[in-house]
Amino acid sequence: MEWASQLCENRGLGSKMTDSKYFTTTKKGEIFELKAELNSDKKEKKKEAVKKVIASMTVGKDVSALFPDVVNCMQTDNLELKKLVYLYLMNYAKSQPDMAIMAVNTFVKDCEDPNPLIRALAVRTMGCIRVDKITEYLCEPLRKCLKDEDPYVRKTAAVCVAKLHDINAQLVEDQGFLDTLKDLISDSNPMVVANAVAALSEIAESHPNSNLLDLNPQTINKLLTALNECTEWGQIFILDCLANYTPRDDRESQSICERVTPRLSHANSAVVLSAVKVLMKFMEMLPKDLDYYGTLLKKLAPPLVTLLSAEPELQYVALRNINLIVQKRPEILKHEMKVFFVKYNDPIYVKLEKLDIMIRLASQANIAQVLAELKEYATEVDVDFVRKAVRAIGRCAIKVEQSAERCVSTLLDLIQTKVNYVVQEAIVVIKDIFRKYPNKYESVIATLCENLDSLDEPEARAAMIWIVGEYAERIDNADELLESFLEGFHDESTQVQLQLLTAIVKLFLKKPTETQELVQQVLSLATQDSDNPDLRDRGYIYWRLLSTDPVAAKEVVLAEKPLISEETDLIEPTLLEELICHIGTLASVYHKPPSAFVEGSRGVQHRRLPPRAGSVESAESPDVGQSGPSEAPPAVIPSQGDLLGDLLNLDLAPPTATVPSVQPSMQMGAMDLLGGGLDSLLGGDIGGSPSMGAGLGAAPTAMPAALGGAPPVGGGLGDLFDLGGGVGMPTGFYVVPKTLWLPAMKAKGLEISGTFARRGGIIQMDMSLTNKAMSVMTDFAIQFNRNSFGLAPAGPLQVLTPLSPNQTIDVSLPLSTSGPVMKMEPLNNLQVAVKNNIDVFYFSCQFPLSLLFVEDGKMERQVFLATWKDIPNDNEAQFQIKDIHLNSDAASNKLQGSNIFTIAKRTVEGQDMLYQSIKLTNSIWVLAEMRVQTGNPNYTLSIKCRAPEVCQFVYQCYEMVLKN
Amino acid sequence: MIGGLFIYNHKGEVLISRVYRDDIGRNAVDAFRVNVIHARQQVRSPVTNIARTSFFHVKRSNIWLAAVTKQNVNAAMVFEFLYKMCDVMTAYFGKISEENIKNNFVLIYELLDEILDFGYPQNSETGALKTFITQQGIKGQTKEEQSQITSQVTGQIGWRREGIKYRRNELFLDVLESVNLLMSPQGQVLSAHVSGRVVMKSYLSGMPECKFGMNDKIVIDKQGKGGTTDDAGKSSGKQSIAIDDCTFHQCVRLSKFDSERSISFIPPDGEYELMRYRTTKDIILPFRVIPLVREVGRTKLEVKVVIKSNFKPSLLAQKIEVRIPTPLNTSGVQVICMKGKAKYKASENAIVWKIKRMAGMKESQISAEIELLPTNDKKKWARPPISMNFEVPFAPSGLKVRYLKVFESKLNYSDHDVIKWVRYIGRSGIYETRC
Repeated sequence: MEWASQLCENRGLGSKMTDSKYFTTTKKGEIFELKAELNSDKKEKKKEAVKKVIASMTVGKDVSALFPDVVNCMQTDNLELKKLVYLYLMNYAKSQPDMAIMAVNTFVKDCEDPNPLIRALAVRTMGCIRVDKITEYLCEPLRKCLKDEDPYVRKTAAVCVAKLHDINAQLVEDQGFLDTLKDLISDSNPMVVANAVAALSEIAESHPNSNLLDLNPQTINKLLTALNECTEWGQIFILDCLANYTPRDDRESQSICERVTPRLSHANSAVVLSAVKVLMKFMEMLPKDLDYYGTLLKKLAPPLVTLLSAEPELQYVALRNINLIVQKRPEILKHEMKVFFVKYNDPIYVKLEKLDIMIRLASQANIAQVLAELKEYATEVDVDFVRKAVRAIGRCAIKVEQSAERCVSTLLDLIQTKVNYVVQEAIVVIKDIFRKYPNKYESVIATLCENLDSLDEPEARAAMIWIVGEYAERIDNADELLESFLEGFHDESTQVQLQLLTAIVKLFLKKPTETQELVQQVLSLATQDSDNPDLRDRGYIYWRLLSTDPVAAKEVVLAEKPLISEETDLIEPTLLEELICHIGTLASVYHKPPSAFVEGSRGVQHRRLPPRAGSVESAESPDVGQSGPSEAPPAVIPSQGDLLGDLLNLDLAPPTATVPSVQPSMQMGAMDLLGGGLDSLLGGDIGGSPSMGAGLGAAPTAMPAALGGAPPVGGGLGDLFDLGGGVGMPTGFYVVPKTLWLPAMKAKGLEISGTFARRGGIIQMDMSLTNKAMSVMTDFAIQFNRNSFGLAPAGPLQVLTPLSPNQTIDVSLPLSTSGPVMKMEPLNNLQVAVKNNIDVFYFSCQFPLSLLFVEDGKMERQVFLATWKDIPNDNEAQFQIKDIHLNSDAASNKLQGSNIFTIAKRTVEGQDMLYQSIKLTNSIWVLAEMRVQTGNPNYTLSIKCRAPEVCQFVYQCYEMVLKN
Repeated sequence: MIGGLFIYNHKGEVLISRVYRDDIGRNAVDAFRVNVIHARQQVRSPVTNIARTSFFHVKRSNIWLAAVTKQNVNAAMVFEFLYKMCDVMTAYFGKISEENIKNNFVLIYELLDEILDFGYPQNSETGALKTFITQQGIKGQTKEEQSQITSQVTGQIGWRREGIKYRRNELFLDVLESVNLLMSPQGQVLSAHVSGRVVMKSYLSGMPECKFGMNDKIVIDKQGKGGTTDDAGKSSGKQSIAIDDCTFHQCVRLSKFDSERSISFIPPDGEYELMRYRTTKDIILPFRVIPLVREVGRTKLEVKVVIKSNFKPSLLAQKIEVRIPTPLNTSGVQVICMKGKAKYKASENAIVWKIKRMAGMKESQISAEIELLPTNDKKKWARPPISMNFEVPFAPSGLKVRYLKVFESKLNYSDHDVIKWVRYIGRSGIYETRC
């Protein structure tokens, strides 16, 4: 017999060279033939047949019909054949669960095989078969394998626990596998440790609150020991796990850093990046004056630079991460500008990223070099890259004042090239330079004007028109220039139309005598011949301003503009912190939190940097679950993905996070209320329980309703219950009575009045639709224009029955804040379009800012203090609220109903100072100090916010809430 | 973790498809083909997100390798893994081509099963893999051999097996450097760096402990301070080089390097890359390119390029090639060169000037007249930089190997018995001069 097997072996070798033939069989009746071959007595023929089956499977043919025949081949001592059968099983077992049971016996037997490779293979494959009945049988073999004498089997079994957990989490817990897995962290073999860590980390991710990865100094020590000994991949698992640990103090932090730094010299870039992540995170805890802190900073730069000599794909990942690191700690790479210079042969994605980092690193010291480079890039071929380079020159000018002049002259040189898109891009950035340095570079306007005709992109046209309008008094033929644009007014995009309207009005205010005709022309174009509501509104405003009070018009239109800031595209600090905790991962490549692109429970936990030891520097609130960017997750990245929906049949329903379903959030709101109410009852910071009575009497706040279930007081709230959306409790949010938004005259008989409310964390727009026409109205739909806070309907407008003449229907439309954002004037303006079977109607209304005050807006006192100090005094605004006859506690209770939270109260010489915090849906924090003097009905309110433009509106909310 | 791994040919047909996670469906295979392989524009990113699924891809000749995931995976690790996968395949069957992949698809599936478990990369050292993934079955093994395999795959020294024997203990060290330069037309160095590799071929018996030393400034300075008697103190200063950063093969004990800056390791058997390093200071630039481009009217361009070699006259540079880009509307070129051969290659839009050998401290010149077709294209010619290729027999960074000591206590050979070879090769990386 021996010669026979020899022969087979040889033939096997010979056939190896022609494996590709399996890919070509496409005959009819192929399945039938394969069936016969699979059942052949000859081993070699069987193996050939299985190979053909696998090849068909690879190219996507359905060969599931062969299931029993393939499984029959499983009982073999030929390992290659066995592996092929296993591969087949993993693919098809799910579709043939009953048949798959046939394989169980062999698996169980293999798990007892004397050969460790076969034991491991069996347990590895079994874990990949997602059939309930098989998983039942998996438990016993897995338990044995976890304690196998051979490390190869143990490391495979460790991963198998994660597989099983993915199929049936309960089973894993019931069987006690988690404990066994934890024990493996102390295993003598480093690779077993690494796989156990990987498995535990993955399982822990789906149980955010379990203390599964119970990291303590002892386990950390074990991990650090294994780190020195295991494979490159194992090192990555361990480092990624370490990054989740929060050291107890700066000493522990330093000692971990010391043991992680050697990894920076590893050849594997992923090991290096994961080590950088651990260091960046733990560094946060080290006192800045520590010598070691400086040493560490110095150690980080070289490995980051080395990453740039890796293959281009890795360079891309590295650059995206460096972009974050540079924003967080600019000092690390400030001297390394040169390595980010673009090479001619870099792939485009590397070029664009390098350019981004160059701008971030640009400073007075290196600006000359940077500019020379950027100018070079502006002559390259790739249009996107060239545009970005031109834009970068503009950003340098804005960032480094000393270089502005040189930048402007470089831009002028580029304009001289007459390359169309270069010219347009240059004009757009020159506009920004004018805004930053007014009255400094106007001498170049003449050159810009020469290129007027070649501009065909709206952004460039709008920029040019802005420049002409802004400097109309210095351009002799400004009127001619603007007039030339006016000819094709209706073909222009909205952006250009609006800009043109404003520019001509500016021109008129500066040179009234010659331009009267022009201004009349543009006003009539804008108001009478246009159907764009934005344009019409702006037109009317100007018209009325000009006709009633030209002096006021001048003050409004020619008002001094705020300067634009240096860095416009910085990542928001809380998001940046989170992304730093995700260095090396996809989140850091996309610059989005994992929740924005990962489905389900995984990765939804927000990561935070640890607070620095012994300092109050970090102003961010430490409550992890609620705050942060999760409030308004950025839109799912893939825009083209939507088109592909069918192809991938992945769920393309609107991201669930953005449209809160009514039920759960109602509960949350209620709970929050209780919490808040109890807090104030129990004294806490406010210490106002005796005054509750007064508060109750005066203010129909949420608390009584929530605590006692008492009927709500106050007429204004009564009609809340009529409205559809909200069930149960009013939150105490003050609702303005409905006002008329759309008169019937303007909307062919449809009259809309409405108001806004926030109930249990849900924003609602309550409207009464009245039909004052003669015919029935149907097919209602609603849409919002982009607005300052991204308000958008969270569902369709539910008008179920047709609206017959003289009938009124009340509807309540839930709103989300995940819509597109555009700054409106005023900030709280909302432009709405309502459609019915007759026509589309437009109106605009203003919502109280308190609509956007979220329920978890209570800041920690410490954080409040630090934030207050941190916000520059320029951002403080002071207001007077007059004629309020409430004492401070009653006022604070009343405000709490609208999610304005009192954090602390201080009484100084008969004057109560209330410190309050508000958080907006877009995570902007507003801090306020309210001074109440007994006997004085006038309150003084100081508001501080990083976005000072909201202060005015916050003040309005205070006034509204307190007076009603 | 990685949810699936696909290999496609240039047409987008699947050659290998292995799914590790339940959240990746068969349709992901098509999504990548439609959106990336068949995409109209050039690839704008190596990471693509399609309908909440992320695809990582690398290309080798015209084969696409794509890893797919729906989770927030370690992106750097995924790319490192894809490169490693390419290395492993190359080690098994040579060039990665459609034919080779089809011929070895069973082997590839077997490898994928071993080196990626539930999407977690496992030991992927070819040395270890080759002991048990052989395509020939492993029935003949004794129990002892089996456990040796598993202990090697999972062990601390996963890259070397026990019991290696050579009649003659020998090792080869290659210091391979690529020198990169970006120079302005005026001769100002905009950026220059050397990225070097030390490649070792070891044919040593047993489990030898090795120690590698080079003229690293930090080490030399430290020794100089010690004030010992040897001439290391004398040679320090000029002779040592400042290494910006270095990375090591996983056999090197990193913590020891971190604390003592000594490079000690047990090497894998055969050829491998011991270390990579980067220097930016005091680089010897072997060639200087002096370009002169003059536009004569709208239809003619005069180009003159001088190259100067800048190293010891006794040394010879080889395989010198200067590539001078020409505008797209070039209609004819006349070239005169003093040395070597020059040709205008229309398909590459460049004049390629080749010189076989050139000694140090020499100079050579080429001049060309380029005739242009008149075009009404407004866009100016981008003037790509002039690039150079060459090979020189020294290390442009100045790196010198000081020693490589071999200790093997169990076997009876000593450091003196090992035959050692060292070779230095400096090649051009991206060596460009703007014109």
